[in-house]
Amino acid sequence: MEAWRFFKKTLRLVVSGGPVYYGWCLFLICIVVVAFRYYLYQLDQGLIATHMRDQVSWGMYIANFTYLVGVAAAAVLLVIPAYVYHFRPIKEIVVLGELWAASSIIMALLFVFVDLGRPDRFWHLIPRFGWLNFPSSLLAWDVLVLNGYLLLNIIVPVYMLVKLYYGKEPNRRLVVPLILVSIPWAVGIHTVTAFLYNGLAARPFWNASILAPRFLASAFCSGPAMVIVMFQVVRRISYIKIEDSALFKIAELIAYAMFLNLFLLAAEAFKEYYSDTIHLASLQYLYWGLNGHRVLVPWIWTALGFNVGAFFLFLIPRTRKWLPTLNLGCLFIIVGVWLEKGPGFVLPGFVPSPLGEIYDYVPSQLELFVSFGVWALGLLAFTLFMKVAIPIERGEFTHTGRGRPSTAYAIPDSEAQ
Amino acid sequence: MEADTKPRELSEHTNVKLLHAAEALPWCLACHDAKDRDKFHLVTGELVGFTETYRLCGQCHGTNYRDWKAGVHGKRIGYFANGPRTYFLCVNCHNPHDPKFKPLKPEPPPFRPLDKENG
Amino acid sequence: MAEKHLTRREFLRTLVLAGASGAAFSLASCTKDERERFFQKHFLEMTDAEKRQMIGRLEETYLKKYGRPFTISTEGAVPRTLWGYGLDLSRCIGCRRCVYGCVKENNLSRHNPQVHWIRVLRLRKGNLVNLEEAEHYYDPPYVPEDGYFYMPVQCQHCENPPCVKVCPVHATWKEPDGLVVVDYNWCIGCRYCIAACPYRGRTFNWAEPKVGQDEWNTSVHYLGNRPRPKNVVDKCTFCVQRVRIGRYPACVEACPTGTRKFGNLLDPDSEIRYLIDHKRVFRLKEDLNTDPKFYYFFAE
Repeated sequence: MEAWRFFKKTLRLVVSGGPVYYGWCLFLICIVVVAFRYYLYQLDQGLIATHMRDQVSWGMYIANFTYLVGVAAAAVLLVIPAYVYHFRPIKEIVVLGELWAASSIIMALLFVFVDLGRPDRFWHLIPRFGWLNFPSSLLAWDVLVLNGYLLLNIIVPVYMLVKLYYGKEPNRRLVVPLILVSIPWAVGIHTVTAFLYNGLAARPFWNASILAPRFLASAFCSGPAMVIVMFQVVRRISYIKIEDSALFKIAELIAYAMFLNLFLLAAEAFKEYYSDTIHLASLQYLYWGLNGHRVLVPWIWTALGFNVGAFFLFLIPRTRKWLPTLNLGCLFIIVGVWLEKGPGFVLPGFVPSPLGEIYDYVPSQLELFVSFGVWALGLLAFTLFMKVAIPIERGEFTHTGRGRPSTAYAIPDSEAQ
Repeated sequence: MEADTKPRELSEHTNVKLLHAAEALPWCLACHDAKDRDKFHLVTGELVGFTETYRLCGQCHGTNYRDWKAGVHGKRIGYFANGPRTYFLCVNCHNPHDPKFKPLKPEPPPFRPLDKENG
Repeated sequence: MAEKHLTRREFLRTLVLAGASGAAFSLASCTKDERERFFQKHFLEMTDAEKRQMIGRLEETYLKKYGRPFTISTEGAVPRTLWGYGLDLSRCIGCRRCVYGCVKENNLSRHNPQVHWIRVLRLRKGNLVNLEEAEHYYDPPYVPEDGYFYMPVQCQHCENPPCVKVCPVHATWKEPDGLVVVDYNWCIGCRYCIAACPYRGRTFNWAEPKVGQDEWNTSVHYLGNRPRPKNVVDKCTFCVQRVRIGRYPACVEACPTGTRKFGNLLDPDSEIRYLIDHKRVFRLKEDLNTDPKFYYFFAE
């Protein structure tokens, strides 16, 4: 049984590793176990165990969901054009980028799942079995495009890796169209997610035309920043060659995206402050506080500081092309965009409420732990994907058991850019 | 015995304080009939009984009377269809001697979001 | 070549077998009742026979769970009706008797969580539609207070409801008589509708509803005031259990000052039509184009 042999060999591969690998996986598994117990408590008591209430009915879970959809979209949008533009240093790691996108989507879908009041009824969302309100509901669109995107980002890498495992070349006529369709699909998932907020006339903070462009701009910051960090980890632990020039190119892209993000923020601020209608209240709550309610203020200014700082770090060639400042910039972006696009986006949409109420939502301990658990699960999934994918790519894990690096993936030093 | 119809302070019915439009209704006999205590009199002199007092009130409160006849003034209870409709008389809600509604003690405000009674 | 074909087929076969056996095992380990409850169809897709069977099962469940016998109606919309509501802002004194009348009639959770379908706002005189100045938690010794007036808000039963538009599973819809209702056994608790509603019309049962055993109102409607499970959305239904048999909603009856009016917008002789004809009615947030059927006015 060929499938069983493959499974056994993969299992053996996954459980064999150094102390760092074990330490990392065990650390993640502990977080997942603790988080799962908290989630069971939430299932038992009801969502009252969170700090979400009628006034702010979406919180930490949906904030993380919004951020992660952006990460997933950008991860693919970044590596895919390598195929189109043949930017060699990035081309070799398309599969890793897609697996990172898949892990991000898994986390995003899990965040929606833990936020649902009745997860036992999730089958109501399946077309034909349940009754999906497509095309009217943007959430219905999101269910379809996110799951489709997940399938795409699992099928293509698995196909390519299995081919490599057997020492065969992937059929480009099958793979390249799928990879190419990932590009508009990636734009699609994040546009649909933006639209699900954008279409609500009841929430003027979200009902702004620049929402979808802003989402894409900030996704193009956070996703690639994570990719830069991820690539450095991968090349350290696996000897897969990833050129510094690839990292610097990505950082340059981020600088442009961050400029666009900041410009759109300025545009929003102008419109609200100059027109000075009552709809200014949400932006006021976020940046300056409203009637003494200032819970988000320090967080959003931190985010702005980080974003502007990262912009300059990536814009200036000297700081962009020096790894310590490059990584500092990545950290700034990852945290800054999370603050701005997660809680800094979801929470002000609910404040003031449609009848003018202000409720200062702060996540409960349970929500924080469940959120950590979902992140840990996604990182664990990605780690395990890498544990199998990298040896296959390096030709060390093959069907015949004999090491033979695939010619598509090794670059001799002399040819390196 | 003839009733004394001069407006004055009475030594009987001291429990009734007339606080209803002091200029227009100087005293009891503005509405109550002097001869027949079970009747009220309209400005035309016509006498009406207790079940028709809305005609009395409607003389001054014409707009409310019109709205009440259409069913849009006052408390509504019971059936609006498929059953008997209930009309309250003016005096079911308004004390004719002291018609201004007294302030009520309000029911409690809702709990705040994180009150311990609210999770 | 043959080897690889085997692998792909085998892989798929293994996957399907594993999935199917998992599903079969979970299904087999449930009771028939649990299976029926889990796979219950959407209310609008049930035949009359299925509805009767489902109601029978629910009544049994409620008897066991709450210790009281419930009668659950599935009364459909009365033909040629479109329900409309009138609220006289010149008469509301902010006493909140409508709020608690609704709580009693509709079996709303009293605490943990406290669910109020009606929210009374206190507004300063001179300021009508800037709801950001509204006070929700006023608690003076007596109402009305000088310098203020009061505006109760509940589901407006829009003709163009944004909540219906966004629900991903059709758990909420507009009935033929204009009532926007929820199938509590179909709702997945995603709360998108709450985000979409401009009027705070919808509330969420954040935990198992808490109602004292002797506090239950046992004449209920499937789409209205029947006991709700936890973690689903609910909302004012204009007392669907009452209006479809011709009774006024509970809030209309509870109001001591005659502020609340109700009727059939399609009946030219109805009270609500009289109001629209003779008083200057308006609706909240009309610029959002939701076309609500809740008309505010000032009688004097």
